[in-house]
Amino acid sequence: MNQSAAPAASNKVQALILTGFGINCEEEMAAAYRLAGADATIVHLNQVLHGHVSIHDYDVLNFPGGFSFGDDLGSGVVLANKLRYRQNPNGRTLLDDLREFIANGKFVLGICNGFQVLVKLGLLPNLGGDFNPEVTLTHNASSRYEDRWVRLKVNSATRTPFLKGIDSLEVPVRHGEGRLVIPDAATRKRILAEGLNCLTYCDADGCEVTQYPHNPNGADLNCAGLTDTAGQVFGLMPHPEAYLTLYNHPDWARRKRANPGIPEEGDGLRMFQNIVEHIEQQRHAAVLLETNQYSS
Amino acid sequence: MESTQRTIQLLLKPGQHDGEGQRVAEAAQRHLGLHTGRVQSTALYTVNYPVSDEQLHRFATSCLQDPVLHDVALDEIRHDPQFRSYILVAKLPGVTDDEGTSAQNALGDFLNQPLDTRTQHIFSKRLYLLEEALPEASLRRLAEELLGNKLINRFELGPLTNLRDFTPRPGGGAEIITDQVPLTGLSDEQLVQLSKDNLYALNLEEMRAIRDYYTKPETQHQRRVAGLPAEPTDCELEILGQTWSEHCKHKEFSAIINFRDADTGEERQVDSLFKTYIKDATAEVDRQLRANGNDWLIKVFSDNAGAVRINPESLFVWKVETHNSPSAIDPYGGAITGILGNNRDPLATGIGGAQLLFNTNVLCFGNPDYNGPLLTNQLHPRRIFEGVRKGIEDGGNKSGVPTVNGAIIFDDRYRGKPLVYCGTGAVMPMQLAGEDSWEKKIDAGDRIIMAGGRVGKDGIHGATFSSIELDESSPATAVQIGSPITQKLAMDFLIIATRRGLIKCSTDNGAGGLSSSVGELAGISGGAVVDLEKVPLKYSGLRPWEIFLSESQERFTLVVEPDKLDQLLALGEEMEVELTDIGHFTDEGFLDVRFAGGPVAQLSLDFLHDGVPRKIMEAEWQKPVSQEPQLPANLDYNDVLRQLLGSLNICSRESVIRQYDHEVKGRTIIKPLMGATGQAPQDAAVVRFNFESWEGVAVSNGILPRFGDLDAYHMSAGAFDEAVRQIISVGGKLPNLTPGDNIFWSVNDNFCVPDSLYDPVANPDGKLKLAKLVRMCEALRDATAAYCIPLTSGKDSMKNDFKADGVKISVPPTVLYSMTAKIEDVRRTITSDFKAEGDVVYQLGTTYDELGGSEFYQLYNELGANVPQVRFAEAKELYTLMGQANDQQLIQSCHDLSDGGLAVALAEATFGNGLGAYVQVSEQQSVEVQLFSESHSRFVATVAPEDVVAFEKLLGKKATRLGVVSGDGELTVLHGQRVVIKANTAELREVWTNGPVNQTIGFGQQVAAE
Repeated sequence: MNQSAAPAASNKVQALILTGFGINCEEEMAAAYRLAGADATIVHLNQVLHGHVSIHDYDVLNFPGGFSFGDDLGSGVVLANKLRYRQNPNGRTLLDDLREFIANGKFVLGICNGFQVLVKLGLLPNLGGDFNPEVTLTHNASSRYEDRWVRLKVNSATRTPFLKGIDSLEVPVRHGEGRLVIPDAATRKRILAEGLNCLTYCDADGCEVTQYPHNPNGADLNCAGLTDTAGQVFGLMPHPEAYLTLYNHPDWARRKRANPGIPEEGDGLRMFQNIVEHIEQQRHAAVLLETNQYSS
Repeated sequence: MESTQRTIQLLLKPGQHDGEGQRVAEAAQRHLGLHTGRVQSTALYTVNYPVSDEQLHRFATSCLQDPVLHDVALDEIRHDPQFRSYILVAKLPGVTDDEGTSAQNALGDFLNQPLDTRTQHIFSKRLYLLEEALPEASLRRLAEELLGNKLINRFELGPLTNLRDFTPRPGGGAEIITDQVPLTGLSDEQLVQLSKDNLYALNLEEMRAIRDYYTKPETQHQRRVAGLPAEPTDCELEILGQTWSEHCKHKEFSAIINFRDADTGEERQVDSLFKTYIKDATAEVDRQLRANGNDWLIKVFSDNAGAVRINPESLFVWKVETHNSPSAIDPYGGAITGILGNNRDPLATGIGGAQLLFNTNVLCFGNPDYNGPLLTNQLHPRRIFEGVRKGIEDGGNKSGVPTVNGAIIFDDRYRGKPLVYCGTGAVMPMQLAGEDSWEKKIDAGDRIIMAGGRVGKDGIHGATFSSIELDESSPATAVQIGSPITQKLAMDFLIIATRRGLIKCSTDNGAGGLSSSVGELAGISGGAVVDLEKVPLKYSGLRPWEIFLSESQERFTLVVEPDKLDQLLALGEEMEVELTDIGHFTDEGFLDVRFAGGPVAQLSLDFLHDGVPRKIMEAEWQKPVSQEPQLPANLDYNDVLRQLLGSLNICSRESVIRQYDHEVKGRTIIKPLMGATGQAPQDAAVVRFNFESWEGVAVSNGILPRFGDLDAYHMSAGAFDEAVRQIISVGGKLPNLTPGDNIFWSVNDNFCVPDSLYDPVANPDGKLKLAKLVRMCEALRDATAAYCIPLTSGKDSMKNDFKADGVKISVPPTVLYSMTAKIEDVRRTITSDFKAEGDVVYQLGTTYDELGGSEFYQLYNELGANVPQVRFAEAKELYTLMGQANDQQLIQSCHDLSDGGLAVALAEATFGNGLGAYVQVSEQQSVEVQLFSESHSRFVATVAPEDVVAFEKLLGKKATRLGVVSGDGELTVLHGQRVVIKANTAELREVWTNGPVNQTIGFGQQVAAE
């Protein structure tokens, strides 16, 4: 784990990955960003909470999967609570920083437990814009934890750059509390209208399905992931960071036999490549704009 | 501010799906025949911290309540009028309460106050409301069998009109009492009784040796100087009991054994099983490896785990342990502490701070559908199965360690004591802050730091308790509950602290607690002084000896140089891991334990570690009388195959496997189930080490207790071969075939046997049991020599018997070989499922008339006589050729032949993607032998048509062409021209998937939300 306080001096996109207190998918998430051409820095949550590391030095903030604080009060609850209430020596909470981070146009990704944290913290879907929880993620309909591969369909209306150009992908789910519950029709309607339900469980043909095991947890709208209205904050239950190479897929050996030239990259890498590319383009555009301003 | 006890209740809102309540109602009906009506589950939190009404309300609604799901009730227990009875499940004082701790953590964040974590302020409980007015006895049964365990939980139950709450009120004042336990003048009987009464688990010779130590003038002089009484203190006898326990000292594996073969009359003496068959055998393998330029064997048998070199930068550390006794009395707690405890072994090998790569587990249970009587305090096999499974789920998943491989074996002789084998592989850099990572160095003056969890009365006597038989009076304090989150924090901390060079070395606190960890480390420097008053406690009321012996979980003992202490403590604070300086190492030759300056124990390390008298044991081997059975004529082999696929020991384990995370860390390449269907069972797991290279490790487990009824030697040899061939099957290569090939192999042996100490009354067949163990060890030596595969660590569990009500249930002698081998490129590994229509199907290896002990005979309740034997030279030749075939990428799929023989292996190879096969077996041998014999060292492999010539040329007579992979989804087997099996493979998969294991555990079917 890198415990250095500031990101390396580099032109690369800077991804900050939080760990500690039971988070356990930080290494594969860092590998995903590195494979996508970014610098990835893993820091212990307390380094951020105590003010030793500033999230504002980074382009994209990541909440990996795991069992933060053991998930004994419900997945992600204690961590979300810490981000909302725990104040650093300057009296600021991490939620204050997150507000600012998002207002600056930066990106936040939460996977599995990280998604649960974003939902419980009110960052997703954040229809009201006031960071209050509006939906929840709770125990799977089966009441059990499950590790299995699923196929997801990308909502063509989504605004998030993470999913640009992806129609569908395969990924593993590994959770016991992934059932999205949307409490009322009005919220549901707005989520649909804004295309915030960016990922939908589907069958092998790409058709949306309600049935287990295609929809592994009984989620409302068969929804596997959400974004905020701007598409900057993105969370999903399945694990794209666990499908970085072909060899993670349960059927890799047969697929390779059937198609010896099959690419060695896994579906999951795409969204990391997307966001890194997007941030690079943003920077490029900003530099151009700056140059134009100077030249005018 | 109010200081009274406050209560927060969370109830699901009307219309929210109560999965837990529904599961309880269903399980009560299914397993206990109790009709509960609707069950509602609610969460209760008792807050013993001064908060205002306003704070309590805000804490409950913004920190605990999920506004979408829950209603909140404050200072009342709310329930609908339709409910008639209740069960409240609380925890007994001092039992790990992670949920309460989490809530307390949340309260601290909410108030922005550092709460005194030494005191438990919030207690979590579950309250179940039942629609039916059940009598108290039924409620108690439901509580004890489905909702909790009376050893760790307190239940309140009854009609709802009479609802009682319970909150633990931990102990009174501190008990700084150290008693003397006089030995002088005790008769032999009194010595033995004293040992039994105090659970020292020491025999007469050992008790006498202790008495002799205390009567020596030298000892008496030292004790006077130290201010200790002439007679031993309670703490001293406890330390000796723990250090000399079978669990810690392996006395029976080190004993002198007089072996007699009753069939031949031959007599000989075995001077320590461990030395003769394990240590010396490995030394010989190491000599051969080094002679061939393979010097990757770095550390064997001398630390918490064995270590081999992966490459110049890193080591692979591998350990497998058992946790049988605790799992028998508290299946969930036993299994979770088993897996977490086993994780600590590689974590604390050498300097410490290895990164955990994967877990494995092999479990042996009684038949979950057992419907005979249960003895006092014996749990039903189904309950043990479900509890252990859940413990492994939480232990692995919550630690972020993938569970990649395992096995479940059923035999009714495991219904008294189940076997729970937990394995963990890890990677450690060769160098940590410039030091050799695998070395443990300690000098006088180094500090002793306890890291991680706190100490309570949990787990007292675990080491001695697991060294004796279980009976109805087994102590409740031997049970512990693991806290994966506490350990995860300590694990993250260790990784950073060791890389910064802040830790000189470390060890884990497992069986025996501080007594064991400090006692062992003191052997390196030559002494230690421990100040027990500094040890942080979960609650007061512990006596000094209890603090020293407690096995409270998630603790490490760290050795730290004084000048690095401040930096280490600062890191601990940053990462919220509690560190306590509890003493220092010396070179004065004594383990010196004090409480607030007063002496509690002082023992000479020489006596502590080398004073135990050696055991002498008797073994007598006699071959069992056995014969081949007469089976019904004209069997329908389609039917036989279906029965086999649906049998307890062969059927799918998918419902268990899917509840384990087998791919966290993103490095698992071969998972337990593969293929497009995700239902093709694999032989070994393959995990890559990191994201920068394609190097990896294959992991397998060999265990065949059934064959032990015929011959323990062949059972042991077969289990070893099974583990080897599973690794060969996925594309692994035998070691040492070429100079300097650097393909490491690392094996853990784990023996679990019944009490093998002969006693004419209590254990009349003890000599035969011990003879079986000797034969198992002989086979182990022969196997390691034949394949040149070294053992690196292991374990023996010697008293796997459950005794109650005058009945003894003993496990069959069992050995597990847990094997790992380096894979040079994980992209070239091979899975078991058929890949393409038209591929040619081969059997590799030779089938013998060896149906003895087979699953096929088991269908007819027959054992037979012809036990499968391993022909090592033949097997090694085949495995070598397969390695060459894989180098040329000639093999498309490979599945080893084991339970159920060729027929089952063929069927399983079709489960990945709906293909079939058309095969023909020889007319020269009977159908039954060819289809169902479980001869070792065999595989079903497929080869692409274009590679057939090259493959056949390479393998020669080792490969028998059976037929082709077909696209029609039919498995057709001909004996000569006669069709003996013709079955749809999708149907076969269904039979296999709907077998008794998935039926017991249940599949994750979608439950309609209410």
